[in-house]
Amino acid sequence: MSTEPSTSDAERDHDDPTALLEVDNVVKHFGGLVAVNGVTFDVGDGSITGLIGPNGAGKSTLFNCITGVHTPDSGEVRLDSDPIQGLSPTEVARRGVGRTFQTPKTFHGMTVRANLAFAAKHQTGEQALGALFRPGTVHEEETNIQSEVDETLDFLELDHLANEYGSALSGGQRKLLELGRVLMMDPEIILLDEPVAGVNPSLTEDLLARLHDLNDRGRTILFIEHDMDIVMEHCDRVVVMHNGETLAVGIPEIVQEDERVIEAYLGG
Amino acid sequence: MALLTGWMAFLVTVATIACIYGLLTLGLNVHYGHTGLLNFGHVAFFAAGAYAAAIATMPPPSTVTNASYTIWFNLPMPYAFPVSLAAATLVGGLLALLIGSASVRLDTHYLAIATFALAGVFEDVLVNEAWLTNGSFGMNSVPKPARDVLGADAWQLGYLVFAALSLAIVYLLVERVMDAPFGRLLKGVRESEDAAQMLGKNTTVAKLKSFVIGGMIAGFAGGVYAHYLGSVVTAQFVPNVTFMVYAAMLLGGAASNTGAVVGAFLLVTFEESTRFIITAYDWVQSMLPDPLTGVLPALAGLLPNNPSFIPSLRFVIIGLLFVLVIRFRPEGLFGDPTEIKSLGEEN
Repeated sequence: MSTEPSTSDAERDHDDPTALLEVDNVVKHFGGLVAVNGVTFDVGDGSITGLIGPNGAGKSTLFNCITGVHTPDSGEVRLDSDPIQGLSPTEVARRGVGRTFQTPKTFHGMTVRANLAFAAKHQTGEQALGALFRPGTVHEEETNIQSEVDETLDFLELDHLANEYGSALSGGQRKLLELGRVLMMDPEIILLDEPVAGVNPSLTEDLLARLHDLNDRGRTILFIEHDMDIVMEHCDRVVVMHNGETLAVGIPEIVQEDERVIEAYLGG
Repeated sequence: MALLTGWMAFLVTVATIACIYGLLTLGLNVHYGHTGLLNFGHVAFFAAGAYAAAIATMPPPSTVTNASYTIWFNLPMPYAFPVSLAAATLVGGLLALLIGSASVRLDTHYLAIATFALAGVFEDVLVNEAWLTNGSFGMNSVPKPARDVLGADAWQLGYLVFAALSLAIVYLLVERVMDAPFGRLLKGVRESEDAAQMLGKNTTVAKLKSFVIGGMIAGFAGGVYAHYLGSVVTAQFVPNVTFMVYAAMLLGGAASNTGAVVGAFLLVTFEESTRFIITAYDWVQSMLPDPLTGVLPALAGLLPNNPSFIPSLRFVIIGLLFVLVIRFRPEGLFGDPTEIKSLGEEN
């Protein structure tokens, strides 16, 4: 089969006015190792995009380049047409990029409720002086935050764990909690690094259903996943990375047929 | 004639020192307990506050023996007392801002080394810059507010009341701020800086704020200390103070403000009570029935006959106290075991 469809798809895509996140020729070296070598793709506004590739393909490094953990050596990352590469992780997050980690970074010594409330934006009480001198405002905001926390707990079906410490949660529950934390900051786009790896099958179904719910509410999602069936079933579009490069971009059915993808990833 | 004699005078002194250590421990607890900052230079903020209070209120050098300081404000007591304490708080906070800006991006042990070294540098500055600090002679005429009006005993009691009130107010302020979202922000930073950043929080600023708040509290403690002793000498501000404050905090339970205060009182009481080892020995000896009176002297005879032997026993006793706490209650008296367990954990 020709490799034409995916390539032309990528090119056409770049002019797509509805692209929310644009990754444009991003390069990242670590010493002599080229981890990401000219990766280009777009994530359409309101889409669920899957990012796949063998181990060491550069997927997590790319996530780090998008979220400000690494500054790309060259290339651009744009959110809503504004360049965001080189900004700090804090600034990227404030612009509306939410991200989870492959191994959840749960706040172990805080309750599930506090984990979620932490992430809420615009908290007057986060300022020491605000906390001291504006108790009325802080109380009012906190009431709103707590009701958002309740909604998030309900949505992720974590209500029964609200007052447990983060350290008491199972691996799968921690992934859910981390997703919840990201939702609390109300991002424009959610980047998930292997959200269902190591999660039991029933919880995986739950989690994927939650992702679709979120997508139905207009959230854009980009996630790294190894399970081809999940990617094919749940993604609108797929980006395939191999050896730090974009191998193919397109709708799952076409990418699945791409010979290079089959060779590199599916093992022929 | 003194109203406060013997036990009472001793108790009042111990309680006042304990209040000052309570303040220091509350400050360090903001750093370590609430934010996870391993600050090993806490004594520097304490010293900065004490010297600020001294400089604000010391009389002109011409009236003091061995004076070589060239800056003094001689603010009139007692009205200058609050001004002096405010200056102490401010200078403690400023030094924390300075040291924090240089070091707060470092993690865990690296921060510990940096703060320890910077505090050492600060101590050297205090010893060497005699134009400012009067060098190793120290500032020995720091006025005791309202001492002339009240007389020795009433002043001792009055100052204890003041120190206790200060401790209570600072405790309530810290509780309030830490119960607010600010406390949650610091705890999140403590648990995982990466996650906090990904959630849009500026962790460097949060850590710096924590550093400054703890430094201000320690600076305030320094001011209270300077006006209590009437004397500020570099030898008082050695690294050992930092570790005593750590001891108090861990004893009471890190991340618990109540624990910080209780830990400080316990530690100071234990430390001071070792002064009475000889009194206790004599008492036991006098209570023993006749055939046993030879036992204690025989046992004591085995001990080295060194004047510093009994004083150094206090460290043994504090060490023992620690072994007991770590063995039976590693989270400290008021610490939350789950929370403490994740303190210092890599995430």
